[in-house]
Amino acid sequence: MWMTELPPFVPFFLAALLALATRGWLRGAVMLATPVLGGLHLWFDVPDGTLLSVSLLEFELTLMRADRLSLLFGYLFHIAAFIAAVFALHVRDTSQSVASLLYAGSALGAVFAGDLMTLFIFWELLAVTSVFLIWARKTERAIRAGQRYLIMQVASGVLLLAGALVHYRQTGSLAFDFIGLEGISGTLIFIAFGIKCAFPFLHNWLTDAYPEATPTGTVFLSAFTTKVAVYALARGFPGTDILIYIGAAMTCFPIFYAVIENDLRRVLAYSMINQIGFMVCGVGIGTALALNGAVSHAFNDVIFKGLLFMSMGAVLHRTGEINGSNLGGLYKTMPKTALLCIVGASSISAFPLFSGFVSKSMVMTAMIEEGYDYLWLMLLFASAGVFHHAGIKIPYFAFFAHDSGIRTQEAPRNMLIAMGIAAVLCIFIGSQPQYLYSLLPWEVDYWPYDTTHVLAQLQLLFFSALAFVWLNKAGLYPPELRSVNIDAEWLYRRLLPACVSFVRRAAQPLAGVLQGIRQNYWQTLQTMYCRTSLADYHLAASWPTGSMVLWIAVFLGGYLLLDAIL
Amino acid sequence: MKQADEKQYLFDRVENVNRLLRGFYTVCGILFVLDFILHRHMTHDWEHLPGFYAVFGFIACVVLVLVAKEMRKVVMRKEDYYDVDD
Repeated sequence: MWMTELPPFVPFFLAALLALATRGWLRGAVMLATPVLGGLHLWFDVPDGTLLSVSLLEFELTLMRADRLSLLFGYLFHIAAFIAAVFALHVRDTSQSVASLLYAGSALGAVFAGDLMTLFIFWELLAVTSVFLIWARKTERAIRAGQRYLIMQVASGVLLLAGALVHYRQTGSLAFDFIGLEGISGTLIFIAFGIKCAFPFLHNWLTDAYPEATPTGTVFLSAFTTKVAVYALARGFPGTDILIYIGAAMTCFPIFYAVIENDLRRVLAYSMINQIGFMVCGVGIGTALALNGAVSHAFNDVIFKGLLFMSMGAVLHRTGEINGSNLGGLYKTMPKTALLCIVGASSISAFPLFSGFVSKSMVMTAMIEEGYDYLWLMLLFASAGVFHHAGIKIPYFAFFAHDSGIRTQEAPRNMLIAMGIAAVLCIFIGSQPQYLYSLLPWEVDYWPYDTTHVLAQLQLLFFSALAFVWLNKAGLYPPELRSVNIDAEWLYRRLLPACVSFVRRAAQPLAGVLQGIRQNYWQTLQTMYCRTSLADYHLAASWPTGSMVLWIAVFLGGYLLLDAIL
Repeated sequence: MKQADEKQYLFDRVENVNRLLRGFYTVCGILFVLDFILHRHMTHDWEHLPGFYAVFGFIACVVLVLVAKEMRKVVMRKEDYYDVDD
């Protein structure tokens, strides 16, 4: 079709230009055709080992490096872009269409980048293109959340650039391969990846911004940024011990927040951190089985988390509500959406025959094989917890629970089709995992379906559900409340501004003194000025700028008039 | 919005909810008993405890919810908490 070495981001960037020039159904066709053609090209024409480099100044930039790892993410991002484009087909907003194509293209650029400089460029492009999907909501909250999101994302890019430059000084190479935590460059790059990966204390950009984006924008957002970061960790830091502990923390702490959070898309954002935790653990363990588990879980997560975000997006689109406290009983009017949401919920909970099961179990098995007993227990706790908040809470509070009295319509057809495709993929991958396994980058002999495993997982999940039923019946389950729960973001949204205003108040007396000095100085200057002959000049009198502008306008108007008369 | 003469939906009838719950309890019971019937590969000492996964899942979720509920006392603020002076 196209030349083999065509970097996969190029069609998306060209399509963004086309989307700018077209309208209506034609633009819709462009948005759908791009991931399909790009994906087919990648699948049929691009073999493992394809390379494309260009020289820029003294650097050799590798725009395209196709190996089994980057190709897997390449296929995934094409699928995700296609599903999200179908979901957003009804959107008539140029900025969103263009931004989402550029965003998907940047994600592809980043995973196929063969050197740190190219990675940095796409890393920053991911930030600046995606923020428009948040701002497109056009509410005050969304604009502020978008600003905070952009600061964090750009900071991550700056750290990456600094790390890359130090790395270049030390090694003389910009190649993006194993980096490791050695030295300052490794640490800088590690933190840069950590921000995009939502490590604890660096995670609030995700829970802050994703729920504020448009219903369709969040679907795009959930697919790319964090998965690029997981890819980058798997490439640069496999087998880095500290990742296992970071990952285990990521699986556990968000589920507590998810239980008490009211905004259902924010619940999903917390559960996203929980799922990334499993991937980070896999990368940290670093065995072939664990790494395969990490990347295959990233693959499945994009699809099932996308499905869940789509179902909540459809609810928000139809009802204008997303708080659990205001929803309930929607199965009556949105039964198809409810069913598709349950498929996504079953997948994220890792029910046997659904996609989460076949990838999460690889990480869990690798963990126990390597002897991390207590961390394994933490992951088991998180597995029960994810079922609790994402598997049960999301569908239950949106579609069942108490009847909110809201009567709406089923989601639009394009949304149902997009959710349908994702749901079919969830079940297909879950029941026929050999096809996904054959794409995995590392050689491995693993099969998830045996009596031991299936029974253990079913017991874990059913008794978690039993706990939910019991807590609900006993009235112990915390009700959904309209509220904000403070998290690490409190440090920069409350503590830091408070410190700044405290310092300002404390410095008030000092400022008064300075003000006095300045006034004195100013008056002296004025008296000195008044003594000069210049002060008598009429136009130099201290008139406001407005009068100057007015006079200029009068002069120009006069010229125009004269010009017309003569 | 809700209408007075609205039709009855699946879970509006209490007996349907109860039927669903009874089925669910039965499955839980069967799964628990299967633990003692089926042969399984134990890779870990803890797994030798009878009904380890079932008990763990139940306790984990109860602990999760009760701790999260207590957490509310510390972290919960009004909805406009950040909007003031932000």
